[in-house]
Amino acid sequence: MFKTFPQGGIHPPDNKLTVDKPIVVLPLPSQVTVPVSQHIGAPATPVVEKGEAVMTGQIIARAKGFVSANIHSPVSGKVNKIELVTDTTGYKQMAVMIDVEGDEWIETIDRTVTFVKEVAMTREQIIERCQLCGLAGMGGATFPTHIKLTVPAGKKCDLVIINGVECEPYLTSDHRLMLEKGPEVLTGTTIIMKALGVEKAIIGIEANKPDAINHLTVLSKDFKGVTVQPLKVKYPQGGEKQLIKACTGLEVPSGGLPLDVGVVVQNVGTAFAVYEAVQKNKPLIERVVTVTGKSVSNPGNFLVRIGTPVTRLIEAAGGMPDDTGKVVNGGPMMGKALAMTDVPVTKGTSGIILFPAEEAQRSEVMPCIRCGKCSSACAMGLEPYLLAAASERSMWEKAEKEKITDCMECGACSYTCPAKRPLLDYIRLGKTTVMRLARERITK
Amino acid sequence: MNNILNVSPSPHQQSPETTRKLMYGVVIALLPALAASIYYFGVGAIIVTLTSVLSCVAVEYVVSKYILKVKPSISDGSAIVTGLLLAFNVPSNLPVHVIVIGAIIAIGVAKMTFGGLGNNPFNPALVGRVFLLISFPVQMTSWPVPSGFKTGYTDAVTGATPLGLLSEGVRNGETVSAIMEKVPSHMQMFYGYMGGSMGEVAAAALIIGGIYLLWKKIITWHIPVSILLTVTVFTGILWLANPVKFADPLFHLLTGGLMLGAIFMATDYVTSPMTHKGMIIYGIGIGVITVLIRNWGAYPEGVSFAILIMNAVVPLLNMYIKPRRFGKEVKNG
Repeated sequence: MFKTFPQGGIHPPDNKLTVDKPIVVLPLPSQVTVPVSQHIGAPATPVVEKGEAVMTGQIIARAKGFVSANIHSPVSGKVNKIELVTDTTGYKQMAVMIDVEGDEWIETIDRTVTFVKEVAMTREQIIERCQLCGLAGMGGATFPTHIKLTVPAGKKCDLVIINGVECEPYLTSDHRLMLEKGPEVLTGTTIIMKALGVEKAIIGIEANKPDAINHLTVLSKDFKGVTVQPLKVKYPQGGEKQLIKACTGLEVPSGGLPLDVGVVVQNVGTAFAVYEAVQKNKPLIERVVTVTGKSVSNPGNFLVRIGTPVTRLIEAAGGMPDDTGKVVNGGPMMGKALAMTDVPVTKGTSGIILFPAEEAQRSEVMPCIRCGKCSSACAMGLEPYLLAAASERSMWEKAEKEKITDCMECGACSYTCPAKRPLLDYIRLGKTTVMRLARERITK
Repeated sequence: MNNILNVSPSPHQQSPETTRKLMYGVVIALLPALAASIYYFGVGAIIVTLTSVLSCVAVEYVVSKYILKVKPSISDGSAIVTGLLLAFNVPSNLPVHVIVIGAIIAIGVAKMTFGGLGNNPFNPALVGRVFLLISFPVQMTSWPVPSGFKTGYTDAVTGATPLGLLSEGVRNGETVSAIMEKVPSHMQMFYGYMGGSMGEVAAAALIIGGIYLLWKKIITWHIPVSILLTVTVFTGILWLANPVKFADPLFHLLTGGLMLGAIFMATDYVTSPMTHKGMIIYGIGIGVITVLIRNWGAYPEGVSFAILIMNAVVPLLNMYIKPRRFGKEVKNG
């Protein structure tokens, strides 16, 4: 009954401290900072000016081309300035800063809490609405949703998989969403199925969320074609390729996309955002963020407006503990460490984790003892020790031949290494170099 | 809010397992066999073990500090493991100076000249053992008769090992059944009541250690099982074909260094293959070579040589035996 992917994987400690904390609406901050690039693709172009009054839900930056996403004002108030700011990635990018005044929403948004099950829109209308509402994958990769809902010519989609795995330790935002917004998530799933012209959808959930499995299994009986697939707990099951393998046995070819096996994977959070966009005409202006850590006094799951400073979130969780040595945006396995907390929440922010100083430091690096645990842990069947050694010695052809570009950077190798070698650091270096060299070959 | 935030790439957590913990796990797994050695060979076993461990650690310290001029790495525990394994692979009446020479070869030559932990192609303890076997053939093949603390040290009463008796008997034209009259029963051999290297005799204790290693996930089943299964099948075929000339598989499993080799020596991380498929090939190779040497070689026992020969094959195995790449040969639908 419980399925999983067969090759590799690790079992880091769960640390889901906020699993019983219902989603709390965070009060509006006094100012928000909304970056124009919160998605994969071209940054959006600001369409408001300094001093202009904006309303909640109003477009403030328009998508530039197909591979891009609209940005909406998450609050009402006055545009204070538009300038370069540091975002969660540590890079500077253009952002619209808005001083919050009240909370006036544009009229087209349905703000009632009534649940709307019937999907009235056609396929084309759904995709257009998702594009208008600026939807992007909420799992962290933030790929614009309307592109994933558009099946390219020559490809066929026959299954939707909704990713409710949340295999990253600590994070619980997807878990809470499934528990508290079950019907909405399922309706969102139905909408995604309709957009793709698919009859079947599977919601994959790991066994450490039995309440979510039961809840959605019961609810899904009212949704034609939607089933829940319980999965064994194993990291990195939330990886698209691993999730597809676990649920269907199908294997996405090396270098390929899920559509190559007729599957589209969407995150639970995205399904919820699709529901709100299509049924309520609500753009993506808020999301659930887990704020947690072993020393945090009031860890929880918060519904926050995009652009809220991370500092505000940490205050809501009881303030930054004195022993904090690292703040991570995202999960502990794949998230990014923040250099400062004065950065805004974006569409891809699933969690903020505060690590105590003693966990913030890496252990001393010892020589490789060739135990092979990294190869056993790799869910892609790679040999991390070899890829890291090749990268360390600038042997790019060797790294390419050994499939370094198949690495999804899940970090299982670095996690598992008893000698604490920074395997993934070197593999990232090798992967980006190999990809750059490959691009140069094509352009020559 | 004056915290200084660390910034580093993901992952932001590491498993609690460390090289040191793995090494001390092996030491713990060796304790039952050590206790059995002391039970059978008394004071000799204690002297040999202490000498071997102390001299291995000392050699590693001296070489890294004064010759390589790097920070001594003795705290990682690998020198202690090598010391214990070297002691387990020699007779309990071996003189101190011979053990020290073995330690110098094992750590100084077989390990440190290649760059220390992780870089040596051959199992250091086995290199030390084979060096001693060739250089001190008399001392290395005099086996104290197990009689606890009455055994003594260099003055111990010695006898032959079951494998030695078998090899000599077959050469003299005796039948296997006649030879079996002279060796301990299978049950006695299982508990370790026989002549041999101090740590190799007690199969029961070694198996307990092996179960501990498997339970703690320090080793996987692939290497020990493939070695033991290969030896069982190969000697089983020979035994069925000609029981007059060849001993039964159980005899081969319980004698010599097979259990020690299969569970503790061949599974050394540094000198064994990285993939499970490679490990199985490596194990089969060790099993086959062991049986060939035992039945047709000049030495009655061949586990050490078999492991060292297969150690040399490991780089090739790592180069050609790859894990199954995800999405490489896709057979969907």
